[in-house]
Amino acid sequence: MKNISFKIDGRICTAEKGLNLIEAAKQNGIFIPTLCHFKHLNPLGTCRVCTVKLNGKAVAGCTIHVADGMDIEVNTPELLDTRKAILEMMFVEGNHFCPSCEKSGDCSMQNLGYETGIKYTRFPHLFIDRITDARPERIVVNQNRCIKCKRCIEEVKTFDGYNVFCSINKGNKTMVAIDYEQEAKLSELQAVHAMQICPTGSILVKGKSFSKPFGDRQFDVVTEEKTLPLSALKKSRITNKKKIVATTSLSGCFGCHMSMLDIDLGILDLFEVVEFNKSPITDIKNFSKHCDIGLIEGGCCNTHNIEVLREFRKNCDILISVGECAIWGGLPAMRNTFPLEECLKESYLDSMTSEENETIIPNHEEIPKILNKVYPNHEIVKIDHHIPGCPPDANHIWNVVKNILFQEEFSIAHPKYKYD
Amino acid sequence: MNRTGLLNKLWEFQNKFGYISENAIAQIAQKLNVSKIEIEGIVSFYHFLHRKPTGKYIIYLNNSIVSEFKGFEQIKAAFEKETGCTFGCYDENQLFTLFETSCIGLSDQEPAALINFFPFTNLTPEKVKTIIQQLKNGNSLRFISSNPTSKIQYIPADNKTVFYRKYEMGTALKKLKNHTPDDILNIISVANLEGRGGAFFPTAKKWKSCKEMESSKKYIICNADEGEPGTFKDKSLLNNLPGLMIEGMIISAYISGAAYGFIYLRAEYSYLLEKIENTLREFQANNLLGNDILGIPKFNFNIQVQLGAGAYVCGEESALIESLEGNRGEARIKKHFPTEYGYLGHSTIVNNVETFAMAARIIELGTNFISTIGTPESKGTKVLSISGDVAKPGIYEIEWGMTVKEILHLCQATSPHFVQISGPSGICINEIEFDRKICKEDLICAGSIMVFNNFRSITKILENYTKFFKEESCGICTPCRAGNQILHEKIKKIKKGICTAQDLEEIKEWGQIMKLTSRCGLGQFSANTLVMALDKFEGYFNQKIIKANESLNVEFDMEAAVCNYDSLIKDTQ
Ligand SMILES: Cc1cc2nc3c(=O)[nH]c(=O)nc-3n(C[C@H](O)[C@H](O)[C@H](O)COP(=O)(O)O)c2cc1C
Ligand code: SF4
Ligand code: SF4
Ligand code: SF4
Ligand code: FES
Repeated sequence: MKNISFKIDGRICTAEKGLNLIEAAKQNGIFIPTLCHFKHLNPLGTCRVCTVKLNGKAVAGCTIHVADGMDIEVNTPELLDTRKAILEMMFVEGNHFCPSCEKSGDCSMQNLGYETGIKYTRFPHLFIDRITDARPERIVVNQNRCIKCKRCIEEVKTFDGYNVFCSINKGNKTMVAIDYEQEAKLSELQAVHAMQICPTGSILVKGKSFSKPFGDRQFDVVTEEKTLPLSALKKSRITNKKKIVATTSLSGCFGCHMSMLDIDLGILDLFEVVEFNKSPITDIKNFSKHCDIGLIEGGCCNTHNIEVLREFRKNCDILISVGECAIWGGLPAMRNTFPLEECLKESYLDSMTSEENETIIPNHEEIPKILNKVYPNHEIVKIDHHIPGCPPDANHIWNVVKNILFQEEFSIAHPKYKYD
Repeated sequence: MNRTGLLNKLWEFQNKFGYISENAIAQIAQKLNVSKIEIEGIVSFYHFLHRKPTGKYIIYLNNSIVSEFKGFEQIKAAFEKETGCTFGCYDENQLFTLFETSCIGLSDQEPAALINFFPFTNLTPEKVKTIIQQLKNGNSLRFISSNPTSKIQYIPADNKTVFYRKYEMGTALKKLKNHTPDDILNIISVANLEGRGGAFFPTAKKWKSCKEMESSKKYIICNADEGEPGTFKDKSLLNNLPGLMIEGMIISAYISGAAYGFIYLRAEYSYLLEKIENTLREFQANNLLGNDILGIPKFNFNIQVQLGAGAYVCGEESALIESLEGNRGEARIKKHFPTEYGYLGHSTIVNNVETFAMAARIIELGTNFISTIGTPESKGTKVLSISGDVAKPGIYEIEWGMTVKEILHLCQATSPHFVQISGPSGICINEIEFDRKICKEDLICAGSIMVFNNFRSITKILENYTKFFKEESCGICTPCRAGNQILHEKIKKIKKGICTAQDLEEIKEWGQIMKLTSRCGLGQFSANTLVMALDKFEGYFNQKIIKANESLNVEFDMEAAVCNYDSLIKDTQ
């Protein structure tokens, strides 16, 4: 086949004529994110996360076969943001609780979230109740995580050629369902293959899912993060005045606070430049001063959370949501797909330990009211920064804080991103 | 039975048993050698096919925006009261099952419903009561149903009428005898005919492309799926001039060399099936269809009608082809035109009903005549379906170039305020734009005009549209499937009155993302009107939004957020 030349972002590239753009770009050192694209399948063109512009018109990159003279845009600010937005849509459409997901660390979608730098989603999470189907023989299908990319539909067949997966319904109700009869015919190897080609954690094989420990997973990047040397900061920035920090844990597990303490002796260093006001760390209950920065762990699950959060907004110049719960609800938001009534009845009235007619749903004017769902903090007050992770690493948190307090710019490298 | 016959097979089961049972699915799957889930996937794609038993009468009540403004809620309540059933529920009732459905092409006679696909129009609660009583008494649907014919309210004067003039079968076709396919193609090209289904693609270019394709088989498809809410102009053409459209198809077959044709008729228009099939038979009897048509050797062409099964997206040409092939009606990736890779991979021409009808008139009347009508770029006339807050809803054949104002005057619109051009996928205009001309040079219109007066809630209109797209998306690509759900959340925020200027900004940005990344026209245009309305009705939205909040609190409805808890505590005390 003959080589042709085309342009990507103004740069001349060459590749074999008719090669898929994704591969062609790769050969020329340019990365285009993909999810549904799969080596030998015809372009599926379902996820749209590979959107590029061809001669000025937006198209799914994976559906382009390169030809002479093509003018392709990949990394313009508009396209970078658009692709990020598509991924964010996937996060809000499904229910992606990464910390409790078997695929976490091996998940292509999650990794693209890191690559594109998603700290929080601009879209509201939809929290639609979706089923996890464990009825098949070998496979469990978790609809919360399926992005309807169709890879499994095209790729997974029984030995006698039957499809195992197929889309059902349409519109917002579309989902990818499994055929029990055909699934039963799959060999273990075929089932594992299905799990592997799924770019998310939607397809799991019973007894096969927790195979790798943290750190060994496909997308675990092991970069030791060093604390920023304070001496450097001190010289250039620090005036005599210490910066004042407040922290709180709303609807979280205190894990983020534990993580904050995880810098060990580094905390002494920190005390040289910052002073803590209201915080569980100091046990100061009320703001006694206006603060420079407020760190919020956890989202809002009751009216008290909202009051505290609003108080923080009033008393802090900069507010940071720390961790997944603060950013979008996190694990407590698992209840968001169920009506509140069901949750409360299940825990207080119908639980194993509650005696009939003996228990009530706690309520008193002194105790806060439970909200109909868990809200992310940025839906209640303006949040200035988000630090993803469950929990974020200690150095990561303090580096962000120090950067914000003492430098104009702050950036954290994407490999430091974690949703679990 | 093969795959392409699947939709008909499913209809057979649906009609015979009222639903498609587990057993039926297994049977069909076995015959086709596919897994059951594949059949399940197809059945569940179409909303007229059911997986649970239904009553003897299935009632589909239209929930389009025109219907909503004309009393949808009362009619819905009346149906529930009279039948004792609930909408959207498969219950035990042997007699009735109730569903909502998107526009059924009767916008000029809303509220309207289909009962076993017989039309019932201009419904009132009293009428509903009578209908249900009659059905309980065993009256025949055929006798008690309404006449779905849309009134032709206006045609151009001075012999400028193109469509609704006298029609005689075969007049256009006769000209084929002494013209070569190239001659005929040239005439279409000179007349500058552009597709009337919404995209306005040059028809001659499409036909030429098919003509030049080396394809062992070629197909002609007439797109009679008219699903765009507020559109019923194709229905009127099918009803009044089925022959004209068929002649257009035969002409395109003559040019391209296709031997087979399909009319993909939406199930909502089932009541027109008989008429269309009779016309086809007449054509056959007159040697205008079949073999050696008009005595031209080897000019063979046959047409078959395929009934849709309830899916708006099947009007999109590639989704339509998928549906014809017996697949889910998912839009294909835009790599090839159907003329390059169409039905079963063969070169295929897909055109709208009106496009074919217009082609036939062009051949019949000649380009000299046609080019005296319309504007330099839009030649001839356009059929419009007009509905909403007008005294004379119905069909208007207008000369291209007429202004919106003139049209509003003709149809006797009462204080028009928000006018929707070409349906929800099209654009909305405000009063300032009423001087615009309907034609390619200015304001292009695919065939629907919905007029809303200044008492109508714009938020309601937009919510109705967004819900429609959210449900009718084929669901294959992320931005359309998820995006429309997300936009609906935003509209709910506007409704609640907790929307800020930033929310409106975000709607615009997010709409742009959907436009850029969606795979087919549905997703690309679904946010169009919403985004446009924010600018064109700025005053309205300025009153809806909450001004910037000094304390940096985001607008949040605390009362709503605790109402579940409050009511639960109240109930359990
Ligand atoms: C979502 C969607 C729905 C459509 N529905 C219809 C329809 O109901 N009827 C129609 O003729 N064209 C419809 N179209 C346009 C067709 O894709 C196609 O452009 C048209 O049938 C071509 O015929 P024309 O060139 O004669 O207009 C639709 C397009 C989209 C994206
Ligand atoms: S790991 Fe992947 S599939 Fe699992 S919840 Fe996170 S993003 Fe979703
Ligand atoms: S189950 Fe996995 S492979 Fe299949 S469509 Fe969903 S995300 Fe894609
Ligand atoms: S834009 Fe909507 S209708 Fe079109 S392919 Fe995508 S999901 Fe389907
Ligand atoms: S990778 Fe191109 S659309 Fe999914």
